[in-house]
This record gives sequence, C-alpha cells and structure tokens, in this order.
Amino acid sequence: MADMMQFDLVSPERKLASVQVRAVQIPAADGDMTAMADHAATITTLRPGILISEGPDGETRYVVTGGFAEISPQGTSVLAERAYPANAEGRAALEVILAEMRAKAATLSGPEKDSLDKTANDLARAIESIA
Amino acid sequence: MPSLKDLKNRIGSVKSTRKITKAMQMVAAAKLRRAQEAAEAARPYADKMADVVNGLAASVAGSEGAPRLLAGTGSENTHLLVVMTSERGLCGGFNSSIVKIARYRAETLLKEGKSVKILTVGKKGREQLKRDLSAHMVGHVDMSDVKRVGYENAAEISKKVFEMFDAGEFDVATIFYNRFESVISQIPTPRQIIPAVVPEDAATDALYDYEPSEEAILEDLLPRSVTTQIFTALLENGASEQGARMSAMDNATRNAGDMIDRLTIQYNRSRQAAITKELIEIISGAEAL
Repeated sequence: MADMMQFDLVSPERKLASVQVRAVQIPAADGDMTAMADHAATITTLRPGILISEGPDGETRYVVTGGFAEISPQGTSVLAERAYPANAEGRAALEVILAEMRAKAATLSGPEKDSLDKTANDLARAIESIA
Repeated sequence: MPSLKDLKNRIGSVKSTRKITKAMQMVAAAKLRRAQEAAEAARPYADKMADVVNGLAASVAGSEGAPRLLAGTGSENTHLLVVMTSERGLCGGFNSSIVKIARYRAETLLKEGKSVKILTVGKKGREQLKRDLSAHMVGHVDMSDVKRVGYENAAEISKKVFEMFDAGEFDVATIFYNRFESVISQIPTPRQIIPAVVPEDAATDALYDYEPSEEAILEDLLPRSVTTQIFTALLENGASEQGARMSAMDNATRNAGDMIDRLTIQYNRSRQAAITKELIEIISGAEAL
C-alpha cells in the first residue's frame, strides 16, 4: 500500500510500537504536526502531549513527555523521553511524573522554573485529554 | 596426614560450598536473561539516537556556534574517568578487568602531565582504585539500592557529569565498562562521551528540515545522547556482570566437584590403610601367640 509508512515509537527502555500506519500526529515543540508517507525529511523536538497513530485498525494514542521525532519519506521514528499508552495505567504513571515535575519546579526559580512549569502544564493538558 | 574425621568434615564443607555456587550460577543465569532482554530493548533507541546525533554533529562540527558537548572546551588537560563496576563480587575477573584498563589510562595520562579525576559507579571499582588513586577520586555513585537499572539511574550519573562539566572541572570524559559479547566473553571498553566523538563517515545524505533549528535540536539532543550512552553502558555492564558471575560460579561448582572427588579418594585410601593396618596388627598378634 503506497499510502502507508513505517512508524516506530521507542523510549530508552523499550520499543512501544513498530507498525505500518497511514498517518502520525506528533506533538512537536512548535505545534502539532501530522506526518504521512512521502513527508519531507524533518527532525523536530517534542513537547509533552498526545501522539496519535492512524493504522489500518484505527487510531492508537500515546502520551509522550518529550523527546524528538525523525520524519523521512519512508517512515517516522519517535524517540520519546518517556512514552505510555493513553489508558488508565499510563495515566497513573504520568500523574506520578507530573507530581515530580511540579515538586521540582517549586524548588527552582527564573527561566528554569518557567520552562519546567510550561512542560508540566503541557503534560497536565495531555493527561486531562486521556478519556 | 589429616584424620578420617577431618577429611569427612572437609568433604561436607566443600559439598555445601558446591550447593551455594550451583545456586548462585542458576540465579545468575535467570538474571542474565533479564539483563540481556533489557539491553536488547534499549538498543533501538540508542542506535537511532546515535544515528541522528552523528548526522547532526557531522554537519555542525567545526562551525563556530557548535555546543561545548560537541566541540569540547578547547583543551584536553583534565580527564574525567567514569569507572562503572558492580556492587557485588564473586563474578570472576569482571571488576578487575574494568579497573585494570581504567588504571592504565589514568597512569598514562598522569605520565603525560595531564590531570585525572575519577568518578566511580559501583562499590567494587571504588575499593580497588582507592588503594593507589585515592587522591584523584572525586565522587561515587552508589547503586546498591538499585534492583533494576532504569534510565533515571543513568540520568543521575549524567547529571553529576554535566554539573562538573559546567563548572569547568574537566575537559574530556570517558566511561569504562564491560561490553557484553557472550556468557564467557566480556570486553572491557573505554568510550569517550564528552566531547562527543563523531565518526568520519557520519554525514547523512538526507537533507533534513529542522524544527526549531539545527543548533537548538543539537543542544537538546547532546545531553540526552550522553545519558543514553551511560544507560547503554549500565545495561551492558549488568548483562556482563551476570554472564561473568555465571561462568565463575560454573567453574567454582566444577572445581568443588573435582575437590570432592579428590578428597573422597583420599578418604577411602586412608580408611583402607587404617583397615589394613588393623588387620596386620590382628594377624601378627595371632601369629605371635
């Protein structure tokens, strides 16, 4: 199928997905972007958010906390800092990470605090959107 | 000549030792499988990370705005050696082989008039290096509470390294660990992590668009790449440690078996000699009558 492409989602500790998909919606640092087959070669960093892959069996949603994505005409590889399936189990793990992030932000000040606060807010929004 | 009772006790004690080494071998085999799986699971991320970073680094290297983690500090005077060993012993030459190459490197650098700082991960390496290089040791990361190595453990080590680098405490950082080849072969490996080493053929043919920018992405990726290399080293070390322990315990079990055989022969001979002696005494006594 010409309109399908390879999609790999890996975190440092495991591979979460390696499948053929039609499109992948990526929470890039400068805004969401959708990668499809024959997309221009791009490397982008990620912000915490929901990553959606559209395969033949429907949509699969993941939450990523950061990392980067390498998009090429043949496929998309997402190297996430941490990635969880968008379900109740993933949500529990992400809430722990969010609490840690908030606690750490409270000890910082200046631009570092602002940047971590922004990341935490992005993550909180992503967690809220898990149905 | 030990008495029969001594020999019997000795055989009993070697038998208990063999039971322990056999159990340790089986535990190590189970742990090795898990460690190997963890190392394999982490490989796709590390490989992809290396590909992207090398490609990016090859295009940015040499330019003026290159990040310090790539371009270095401009000097090579102070070296940080991160020596990664295990927390437990009884794993053959696993720790000694890492310490040996780290010590050799430290001595070579000192001879060249450079200054050396050593950060140890794992108790065993620290104990061995402390003897002659204690003046150069600048820190230690305790991993005794860690049951299963995670990315956050690598992040903890890299955080320490970055803090030192930002404070200007070293110019070049190298990690020392055992690369897992097979159960019987672990290769002590030094790997320079700061400044990043870019292979000469790393430049990619593909022309990428970078969002936000090439430099910003590289700035973000380089620290991650260092942490990933440390993580990979920790996992390789974990698998190597269990592999080394498994073969060491296998040898120990076999040696204990040999020793039991030897001692049993000795015991039987002594018993036989004692019986023969008694018979001679009885017969000569009877003849004398």
